[in-house]
Amino acid sequence: MAKMSTVGLSATYGSGPVIQEVSLDFQDRSVTAIIGPSGCGKSTLIRCLNRMHETVPKARVTGQVLLDGNNIYDQDPTQVRRRIGMVFQRPNPFATMTIYDNVAASLRFNGRHSRAQTDDVVLKSLQAAALWDEVKDKLFKPATSLSGGQQQRLCIARALAAQPEVLLMDEPCSALDPISTAKIEDLIFGLKREYCVIIVTHNMQQAARVADRTAFLYLGKLVEYNDTKEMFERPKEKLTEAYVSGRFG
Amino acid sequence: MTVLTGLTILIVLAPLLSILYQAISLGGPAVVSPHFFTGVPAYPCSPRPGVTCQYGGIGPSIEGTLALLLVASTIAIPIGLAAAIYIVEYGGDRPAARAISAAADILSGVPSIVAGLFIFALLEQEDPLIIHSAYAGGLALAFLMLPIVTRTTEEALRTVPNAMREAAIALGIARWKSTLRITLIAALPGILTGVLLSVARAAGESAPLLLTAFGNLQGFYGFDQPTDALPLLIFRFAPQPYTNWLSLAWGAALILLLLVLILSVASRLALDRMERRLRGVG
Repeated sequence: MAKMSTVGLSATYGSGPVIQEVSLDFQDRSVTAIIGPSGCGKSTLIRCLNRMHETVPKARVTGQVLLDGNNIYDQDPTQVRRRIGMVFQRPNPFATMTIYDNVAASLRFNGRHSRAQTDDVVLKSLQAAALWDEVKDKLFKPATSLSGGQQQRLCIARALAAQPEVLLMDEPCSALDPISTAKIEDLIFGLKREYCVIIVTHNMQQAARVADRTAFLYLGKLVEYNDTKEMFERPKEKLTEAYVSGRFG
Repeated sequence: MTVLTGLTILIVLAPLLSILYQAISLGGPAVVSPHFFTGVPAYPCSPRPGVTCQYGGIGPSIEGTLALLLVASTIAIPIGLAAAIYIVEYGGDRPAARAISAAADILSGVPSIVAGLFIFALLEQEDPLIIHSAYAGGLALAFLMLPIVTRTTEEALRTVPNAMREAAIALGIARWKSTLRITLIAALPGILTGVLLSVARAAGESAPLLLTAFGNLQGFYGFDQPTDALPLLIFRFAPQPYTNWLSLAWGAALILLLLVLILSVASRLALDRMERRLRGVG
């Protein structure tokens, strides 16, 4: 059974629908990419998966998002978000906190943990985000002292520290340089051994490199969903073919 | 161009420096005299052969101003903070948030004497005995502080990047916790700026106190008693013909100026700190 799936998911910001009747399955321990041209609704779609979309005034969601078979829209949103981590387009560390406190944030704010427990989670999360070696000597420096790429990996570590089951990544490399991008792509390969990873990207090469399955979204509708290799080599739809061959987008 | 810039700086600085010079030269002798900060004003006196005048002090005015600011801050700061947090963090575009925001705007335009009159009229109905007290004066000053605290806190909260709020939401952190322990902390220097500016504004007000705190040159006898303040002392003593009272008035003016100057510089430093802190994300 899929770890997560959407059933007839539609979303709007108050005027017209931004995504319409999208039904998708996301497998556990694999990477699913959502691609499509700018404005096709891919960010909106991923923000529906952890109920972030509804935090925008006037935004509305219809349809279902199932996590282990249960609709997350029938559950408490803050509890849901603890099970579904998210990494945003631009690195958004808590500017007033140290590197350590950023990673420890979910533990500090969501219940009591001993110092040793917290230390352990911070260490493991920073290692999992391939950042430990770069920051181990300056854990108590401000998070803003890191470079953009490091900040983004810090945000990944922060999301992992909450011990989520699913990790959503909304164009996590769009604000980064190629070297930082390569590091994060490497990281995604490692992460899929433990998590259900869902990544939105406007970069088709990135989807081809990291994703096991890819969904192509156009004007808010799901056009095609298949194994990544299949989709890029033998697209079924004309529209997909045009997009993956770079004729528009 | 350089000459022009220099000239402009001079024009801007000239009034400030001349006021300071005036206050120091006329009030200085009183300020450095014994008991200035603790004593009560001496009997009126002008120097003539064979008579040396005592200054006495402005103790009751300093104590009174501190008491008034304490009352005003205790009322205005929590309410202003709460209003701003509601407007920015919870209001969205709800009518209530817009109404509160508009009310703060209108309140900031209310003449200070009207704030005093309002408290006077209000307390006259409730408890006439408390009209002339630090409570009443502080309440009137709170009305003047409230819009400043609300407005500046609002602005400080708006400078906190939304991305930080989203990060907290996505981690499943409860809204009130992230507001209090992430957003508010990030905005703290900016909030401090507003608080300090509002205190500086309240410290210099005399009009609302004429009708409420009333003044009391004997001493500070408690929050429910007529209370003096630095601006009130200036108001009463400056028009007097007695040399020593005139000096006390200028001395009080100097203390008030220094207080406001320190508060403004501190608020400026706090603001710089905030800008530095929020830079460097991304």
